[in-house]
Amino acid sequence: MSDTWAGIVFLVTLVAALALVHRPFGDYMARVLTGTRHLAVERGLYRVGGIDANADQTWSRYLRSVLAFSAVGVLFLYLLLRVQHSFWPPYAVPQMSAAQSFNTAASFVTNTNWQSYSGENALGYVVQMVGLTVQNFASAAVGIAVAIALVRGFARNRTDRLGNFWVDLVRISLRILLPISLVLAVVFVGAGMVENFHHYATVHTIAGGSQTIPGGPVASQEAIKELGTNGGGFYNANSAHPFENPTTWTNWIEIFLLLVISFSLPRTFGTMIGDRRQGRAIVAVMAVLALTSVVLLLVFQGIHHGTVPTAVGGATEGTETRFGIPDSGIFATGTTLTSTGAVDSFHDSYTSLGGAMLLLNMMLGEIAPGGTGSGLYGILVLAVIAVFVAGLMVGRTPEYLGKKLGGRELKFASLYLLTTPALALVGTAIAMALPGERAGMLNSGAHGLSEVLYAFTSAANNNGSAFAGLSVNTVWWNYALGIAMLLGRFLPMVFVLGLAGSLGRQKPVPVSEGTLPTHRLLFVGLLTGVAVVVVALTYFPALALGPLAEGLH
Amino acid sequence: MRAVVDFLRTASAALRILLLFTVIFGIAYPLVVTGVAQIPGLQSRADGSPVTRSGSVVGSTLIGQSFTDPKGNPLPQYFQSRPSAAGATGYDPTASSASNLGPESIVDTLPDPAQNGGTGKQSLLTQVCARSLAIGSLDRVDGSRPFCTPDGVGAVLAVFWSGPGYSGHVTRVVSLDQACPTTPFLATYQGVAVECARFGQDYSRGQVVPIRGNAPAHPAVPADAVTASGSGLDPEISPAYARIQEAVVAKTRNIPVPQVVALVAQYQKGRDLGFMGEPRVNVLQLNLALDRQYPMSAH
Repeated sequence: MSDTWAGIVFLVTLVAALALVHRPFGDYMARVLTGTRHLAVERGLYRVGGIDANADQTWSRYLRSVLAFSAVGVLFLYLLLRVQHSFWPPYAVPQMSAAQSFNTAASFVTNTNWQSYSGENALGYVVQMVGLTVQNFASAAVGIAVAIALVRGFARNRTDRLGNFWVDLVRISLRILLPISLVLAVVFVGAGMVENFHHYATVHTIAGGSQTIPGGPVASQEAIKELGTNGGGFYNANSAHPFENPTTWTNWIEIFLLLVISFSLPRTFGTMIGDRRQGRAIVAVMAVLALTSVVLLLVFQGIHHGTVPTAVGGATEGTETRFGIPDSGIFATGTTLTSTGAVDSFHDSYTSLGGAMLLLNMMLGEIAPGGTGSGLYGILVLAVIAVFVAGLMVGRTPEYLGKKLGGRELKFASLYLLTTPALALVGTAIAMALPGERAGMLNSGAHGLSEVLYAFTSAANNNGSAFAGLSVNTVWWNYALGIAMLLGRFLPMVFVLGLAGSLGRQKPVPVSEGTLPTHRLLFVGLLTGVAVVVVALTYFPALALGPLAEGLH
Repeated sequence: MRAVVDFLRTASAALRILLLFTVIFGIAYPLVVTGVAQIPGLQSRADGSPVTRSGSVVGSTLIGQSFTDPKGNPLPQYFQSRPSAAGATGYDPTASSASNLGPESIVDTLPDPAQNGGTGKQSLLTQVCARSLAIGSLDRVDGSRPFCTPDGVGAVLAVFWSGPGYSGHVTRVVSLDQACPTTPFLATYQGVAVECARFGQDYSRGQVVPIRGNAPAHPAVPADAVTASGSGLDPEISPAYARIQEAVVAKTRNIPVPQVVALVAQYQKGRDLGFMGEPRVNVLQLNLALDRQYPMSAH
């Protein structure tokens, strides 16, 4: 099989597998989130937590619960990181600075998993488990919970109740994330991913040198790292590290895992609002955007234009032999289209236009399919905007899924859309204006700007991948990106839950002649167009100065 | 008052749920996975797939190694791994890393002549050119590449123009990656003599022009041999890179080339299921097999 065909088959099998599980998995998630029975272990959790599991929350109470849980999460993780060097590390771990601990705590609680540290020499096993692995589960579950609250806003009428955050959180974690992670972690161990508590062992190599080989509970974190679109590597090299991604088929599984929840949630959405065609339209938009993106990236990486790739004869810098260029490119597209940010190859060394595609993927707002939960609420907010645009064209009051979209709804949707671009572009502008921060760039010129733009785009969109050349372990970068991550995560959640609250209170508008059908091809095209146009208008000037200037000379 | 009580109640619920999550996902879950990983067959993998020789561990099948002498020169009796950006000397698993250099990283920061043995900061292009030249000479194949000078650095000019915006005529040309007193790879460019580059000079007003040269588009030294991997710990090389190394390994071990070729074929892996990843050869396993089957005579 030729290189090209192998890459195509790899992509096709992934698409087929995602299509295959879309229905059963989407329906399973809907059952989990709408069921009325509590498991015994869940009842135990609610009792210890002092939670009334049968209380339905208003949007503001739901929001306060989200914020309280996340704030406690940031604080707890911050404290753990500050003291982790003192308990049982497998090697000498220095104390993490306040700035870096804040950055890391914000990063893992916001599902960003940006890392300004290097896992193998900054963190002990204890904090990897009780700190990071826990937030890998929790942050993913929070994202899904907020998306489900928005879906309930569409599904319910004349009520100010959106469900119970604690129940959503616990059920998502225990019934969706845990079983899949448990099974996959064991499969991963079978492939060679490490799962041990050994001290780092120094061995004598056959050439007469020595090598220190790390260990750690890696496989258990790896499974949830991908499934929960977290993406924070146990080691610095993330999923390029042979202990995090030992072989070609673990690579396939990792890509599948990081896409599976987000591509199945539209089915959950369709099921919960009682009109599965709506879910199909949403997943169709996601699929069109994702496939276009991955094909473009593979073409750009394949023709490998640019000085160094031409000299080399391929865009192999920063890629592993076992994965090759096409499979690495598919991983890179998946990780930037979701909020994962794990990498199995290094984006800084991608061709200029390939790197631009990865930036564009994140700038799209991570809606195709986006992070766990955040992808669904992101695209539903865009759908609100798309319906509004269509309403303007025909001069009718816009309505979506039987809900009128008035001033209040549109204000929430617009604020949502403005938040991340504002954070990304203002952050980049400030960094470029400060000579000290600009000096953190590894590459000079247009590529250096791309590094800074990539960092802020990644933080504001809670992605976490990097054009890793930038030196980001400074006080300024740690705080600036930490703040960008927190605002980029929780401001949109405020707007989404506000939107959900005001949708749920409405009484349904009956479908009439003039209602825009939102399950047809026309709407799929409209929503895709709106997604692309919004991004293009927002980011084109910045892209033109960075990767496009580099790639088109 | 009610707001305060309400806040405290929410915060305490949040804290209690977080602590319960810590027990379930932070302690029980990884320990269960670690427990299952103790099953025979899984255990050695969970422990990092160690490789032993005469009873002592010499590495991991999954983690690449350098096969060089203490000075960093390749040992010709072994197949060589890819270049590595992990740690100062490469293949350091406590510092896994990629180079993170971009596709247009082509201008070197020259070494300061005042500092003895300084290397400056090489661009990715120069690293690629230098590796290609070195591998070419070690393995006796053509080490030339597009955009590389014959002396193994980037073939990159700074072209200065008389008018603004790179207009008018060329006034001065500098070969940016060739430090003086090197003779530039090109005598003249558009009729202007090419100069070598001096440390500390500011050439940023010039237009940066990489020169393709006439090296073959598919160089004899394969792509993976001249580029660093993502992890810096890549345990494998492409079959093409193994192929160009066979003759030198055979000669150093004083055995016929076909025996080495056969051994490489034995350790070569195809794509998994026919379509996943790339064909590859595990360097440590191959070198161990060489030592086992064709040991070097004692020096």
